Amino acid sequence: MDAAVDTYLSTFAELEQAAASRGPTWVHGIRTQAIARFAELGFPSTRLEDWRYTNVTPITKVRFLPARADHRNGLSADWLDQATLGGLAGSRLVLVDGQFRPELSSLEVLPCGVHVSSLAAAIETDGDFIEARLARFARDDESGFLALNTAFLEDGAFLRIPPGTVVERPIHVVYVSTAPGDPTVSHPRTLIVAEDGCQATILESYVSLGTGTHLTNAVTELVAGPSAVVEHIKLALQAESVFHVATLSVYQERASNVVLHSFSLSNGLVRNDVTVVLDGEGSECTLNGLFVGNGHAHVDNHTTIDHVKPRCSSQELYKGILGGKSSGVFNGRIRVRPNAQKTSARQTNKNLLLSPGAQINTKPQLEISADDVKCYHGSTIGQLDADALFYLRARGIDKDAARALLTQAFASEMMDRLRCEPLRRRFEALVLTRLPARADTEESP
Amino acid sequence: MLQINNLHVSIDKKEILQGLNLTVHAGEVHAVMGPNGSGKSTLANVLAGRSAYEVMQGEVLFEGRDLLSMPPELRAREGIFLAFQYPVEIPGVSNSYFLKAAVNAIRTHRGLEELDAMDFLALIKEKGNLLDMDQALLNRSVNEGFSGGEKKRNEILQMAMLEPKLAILDETDSGLDIDAMQIVAKGVNALRRKDRAMIVITHYQRLLHFVVPDHVHVLSEGRIVKSGDRELALELEAKGYGWIEQEVAGTPQPPLAATLQ
Repeated sequence: MDAAVDTYLSTFAELEQAAASRGPTWVHGIRTQAIARFAELGFPSTRLEDWRYTNVTPITKVRFLPARADHRNGLSADWLDQATLGGLAGSRLVLVDGQFRPELSSLEVLPCGVHVSSLAAAIETDGDFIEARLARFARDDESGFLALNTAFLEDGAFLRIPPGTVVERPIHVVYVSTAPGDPTVSHPRTLIVAEDGCQATILESYVSLGTGTHLTNAVTELVAGPSAVVEHIKLALQAESVFHVATLSVYQERASNVVLHSFSLSNGLVRNDVTVVLDGEGSECTLNGLFVGNGHAHVDNHTTIDHVKPRCSSQELYKGILGGKSSGVFNGRIRVRPNAQKTSARQTNKNLLLSPGAQINTKPQLEISADDVKCYHGSTIGQLDADALFYLRARGIDKDAARALLTQAFASEMMDRLRCEPLRRRFEALVLTRLPARADTEESP
Repeated sequence: MLQINNLHVSIDKKEILQGLNLTVHAGEVHAVMGPNGSGKSTLANVLAGRSAYEVMQGEVLFEGRDLLSMPPELRAREGIFLAFQYPVEIPGVSNSYFLKAAVNAIRTHRGLEELDAMDFLALIKEKGNLLDMDQALLNRSVNEGFSGGEKKRNEILQMAMLEPKLAILDETDSGLDIDAMQIVAKGVNALRRKDRAMIVITHYQRLLHFVVPDHVHVLSEGRIVKSGDRELALELEAKGYGWIEQEVAGTPQPPLAATLQ
C-alpha cells in the first residue's frame, strides 16, 4: 500500500514541476496541503472501522496513470444520451476524463445569473468567490481519498444559483471516464453553491466508455444557503472494471431544505461517503439511496448527518438490492450535538437479498448528546415475500416475471421520491435495466 | 372438469387432508363447509399450487390432466382461479398494472392477442361496474390499504377479468358486512356459467343464501364426510357441526357418498 502512496506522491511532484498551467497560487496552496495530508493518511485499511467491509487493495495494487482527455474516443451527444438517462430537457455540462467538453455540453437555457461552468474556467473568472468556498466544506476524514482528490484537483464543475432564483429544469453534470489503454485515474471535483432562497435540481452522473480499468475518485461540495431548496441526484453507472470512490459533503444553513438521492447502479466497486452538516436552525435534509448489486459488485454507503443546530430534521431511507455474489454495506451515522435540541432524525435501511451468495452489512451509529430529541433507526434484510410471489403466480404471471415485478416494486419507492417528474420516469426505466436478472439469481431456500 | 381422488396432503409433517374425494362438473357450484381446522383452506391452496403443502398420496385431474404437476402460473393459465381468503398486499405494484400483466399472461397462453392499454381500460371499467369498484383502487398498489370488503371485491374483479374455468372461493365471505357480501355475491352470480364451475369454501352458510350451491359437502378431519344439496347447508346452520362429527365418529367407514357424480 505504501508503494501505491509513493506513486501518487511522485506523480504529484512531476505535475508540480510542470506547474505553469496549474492555476493561481491559492489553488497551489490547497493542493500542497492536501498532498501532505494524503501522505500522512495513505489509503484506508480494513482495520479502520469505517472501512472494515471495503478492502481497497484492488485499488492500491493497480498503477493508475492520470487520465488525459483523448478527443479521438468517439464520444457523441447520442452516446451520452444512451449512457445516461436519455436526452433530458435542461442544461448539461460534460467532462470527459476530467476535462470540460463544450461541444458535448449545452448550457444555453439557464435563467439569468445562474453560473454553470467547468471549475477550471470558474477559478479563472470567479477566483475570489471560489477560493472562499472550495475545499472548505468537505470534511476531513481518515481515508485519504478526499485529500488525494484535492491534491490532484484540476477540473470539474462549478454551479452557482444566485439568491431567489428558481431553476426549473435539472442541471445535469456528466462525468465520463475512459481508459482505452493503461488503467487511469480521475479526480472530478464539483462545487455547488445554492444561495439564499434559490431552488434547483442538480443531477451528477458518472458513466464510463469502454471496459478499461479506471479509478474515479470524486468529491462534491454542496453549500445550501438560508432557505435554499435543493434536490441533488447522484448516479453511479460505470462499467464493472471501474472503481468509484465518491465523497459528497453538504453544508446547510438556516431553514434550508436539501434532498439527496443516490443511485448506485455500477457493478464494480463503489464507495459513497455522504456527509450533511445541519449548521442552521430549522434546516431539513432527506437522504434517499438505492443501491443495486449484480455479479461481484461491492457497494458501500457511509452516511453521516451532523445535527449541529437546534430544530433541524433529517430523514434517511436507503434500500439495497443484491443479487449474484454481490455485497453491500450501509453505515448510517447520526450525530446530535449538545446544542441541537428538538432534533428529529429518522433513519431506515431496507435490503433485499436475491441470492444465497449475496450479502449485506448494515449498521446504524447514533451519537446523541442532546436530551430533547427524537431519533429513530431501523433496518431490515429479507428475501422476496413468498406470499406475494405465490399471489402473482396464482394469477398466471410466471415465476421470473413475478420476481422481477416484486423487485421492481421494492425499488420503485426510491424513484417515487424524486421530486423532478421527468427524472422520475427516466430513473424508473433505467433502474429496471439494472435489477438482478434471473440468470444470476439462484432460488432462495 | 375436476376430479380429486384419495388426496392426502401434509403441511409441516402434519397430515391435513386424509383421503379426500371430490368430483366437480362444468356449470356446477359446490360448497365445501366445515369447522375450523377441517382442511378447507388446505384444499383451496393445494388446488392453486402453494408449495408449502406436500401431497403425500392421491391425484387431482383437471380436464383429465394431472394438475399437481403444474406450477401455479400454469394452473392459472389453464383456468384455475383462487379467490384468496387473505389477499396479499403488494406495495409498489399498481393494481391495474398487475391485472394487465395477469390478463395478458393468460390471453397469450390461450392463443389470444394481448390487450392494449385502451382495450384493457374498457374491459376493467366494464367489470369494475359489476362490483361497484371505486376506479381509484385500480391505481393504488395491489390491496395496499384496502378495506376487507375492497380486498374481496378486488378478488372477484380479478376473477371476472381472468375468466377462469374453475373458480375456488376461499372464505370470500369472511369479514364482510352484509352489504359488502351482497355486492360480492352479485359479482359471483354474474359469473356463473354453463362452462364454468365454482367451489365455494365457507365456514358459515350465510353466503350460500346469495350464491346458491348445487351441492354441499361437509369436510371434517381432512375428508368429506357428508354431501347433499343446499338443504344440508341449512341444516348445518340450524344444528352446527357437532352432530356431523358425532355421526362420523359412530361410522366405522367414511361414507361412500363422499364421491359425487
